Amino acid sequence: MAITKVCGIETEYGIVVRGSDLNPIAASSLLINAYLGSINRRVTWDFMDEMPGNDARGYRLDDSFPPEIETHLVNAVLTNGARYYVDHAHPEISTPECVSALEVVRFDRAAEEIIRASMKAANRLIGPDAEVIVHKNNSDGKGNSYGCHENYLVARETPFGRLVQQITPHFLSRQVFCGAGKVGCELPGITAEQVPFQITQRADFFEEEVGLETTLKRPIVNTRDEPHCDPAKYRRLHVIIGDANLSEVATYLKVGSTAIVLAMIEDNAVDVDLTIAQPVPAFRRISQDPTLTTAIGLRSGHTMTALEIQWELLRCAQRYAAQRGLDCVGDEVGHDVLRRWETVLTGLESNRTSVAHWVDWVAKERLLEGYAERHSLSPGDTRLRALDLQYHDMRAERGLASRMGFERLVPEAECISAMADPPLTTRAYFRGRCLQKWPNDVVAANWDSMVFDVGREPLRRVPMMEPLRGTASHVSSVIDESESAAELLARLAT
Amino acid sequence: MAEQEQKRKQAPARSDDAVVDEAAPSTEQGDKLKAELDDLLDEIDEVLESNAEDFVKSYVQKGGE
Repeated sequence: MAITKVCGIETEYGIVVRGSDLNPIAASSLLINAYLGSINRRVTWDFMDEMPGNDARGYRLDDSFPPEIETHLVNAVLTNGARYYVDHAHPEISTPECVSALEVVRFDRAAEEIIRASMKAANRLIGPDAEVIVHKNNSDGKGNSYGCHENYLVARETPFGRLVQQITPHFLSRQVFCGAGKVGCELPGITAEQVPFQITQRADFFEEEVGLETTLKRPIVNTRDEPHCDPAKYRRLHVIIGDANLSEVATYLKVGSTAIVLAMIEDNAVDVDLTIAQPVPAFRRISQDPTLTTAIGLRSGHTMTALEIQWELLRCAQRYAAQRGLDCVGDEVGHDVLRRWETVLTGLESNRTSVAHWVDWVAKERLLEGYAERHSLSPGDTRLRALDLQYHDMRAERGLASRMGFERLVPEAECISAMADPPLTTRAYFRGRCLQKWPNDVVAANWDSMVFDVGREPLRRVPMMEPLRGTASHVSSVIDESESAAELLARLAT
Repeated sequence: MAEQEQKRKQAPARSDDAVVDEAAPSTEQGDKLKAELDDLLDEIDEVLESNAEDFVKSYVQKGGE
């Protein structure tokens, strides 16, 4: 049986400072430090177990460049179990480990609220003449891209070759409902007349089918093999192909559908061969065709549109759910994902406007078309690019996405509480609660361990190699009943 | 192009049960979205960044992932 699809999202945000010459690294540090100062928190990340150079294929290529870890930059663990840090030249938030797409949406929304609170705190510090502005997007429109990565727990025993082959058609075609939309194309030599608008932010930047890199020669399937848990039992599939979504339902469908497809692959239940003949050009061709009619060649000799590939995957998922259930993605959420998945495909096929309250690129396209019509703008007009950028603006008073009438899945109060409280369902609960209760005794934390300093003894590392241990049902009473971190450690040791 | 000359695979038949409520795009929803978009377009000059065109031109993000 497929294992529980523990999952999460890491989002790199765009950042600029107006009225100041702060560089992006300094600006990102300011943003995060201002937030940490405002909530009076300072527990740093522990890099002990980070191995981003490991390759899931079991070998290393001499010309591949594993990402560097920049230990000197701001890097904090939050009481909701998330990580908030400077990644290269961007602020980045990784949600805590979650067990369902709905939980991921809640913590992704909480991350947006953390960014908004951070902007306010930073702007108080830098004074009235400057302003830190953050965007939740994946491209600057000038050939520079940054990621919104998803992570899913997958059984180590699942053959990686099968995983690559069967997940690729989903990664290329799911963009029809989870693309964030973009004005123009950043590939050299393509004009605004040729591609006035495309479905994804990211398709311009992918050059390989499989590989380790995330910053150059980006691959459709990333092979970073860094499970942050027991490597004999698990792998963490690190997904770099997605856009950052502003619509909650888009995030929900992106994570929910992918978790189900991965469960099917684990159970060897994908009973259709959708292997795409040339994945890299297919990704771009699908993205560059908002009419969704482009046919893609399969290795079998057939051709299918992205929507047809999605219908095949959905039918497969429906058969899988009927036969085996969806406990591994959360039964109730899983079935809701299937219903909405069908609804979104039906809407994209028959009446685009009917899913404008769910799908980012559809909402953005309507906005751009409406604006262009009113002002008689032609493709490539700077005002359209300005509108596109402002769609992703995180400032409440400026951001356009929040004005698009998107359906909300998570009540506002739950997003706010998720800024400080961890999920109950994974080891993030242990991490978050310990940080809430004993902030001065936790020296450092990372995904799979925490280091305590309780005085008298040497530092104590508590390993957390099982993502589903340390949940509220396991440890809430022992945390509640312990007066001190020392008592907690003593009780955990018995 | 070779791909398009090949026989297009038929999309699978879809069952229409169980999705009627959600799938049928309600006129009400469509009207609401249209009205919201019109309202947004009406007020967009107030919402838009004051020097939006300069802002997008100078927007550069180097280094990521």
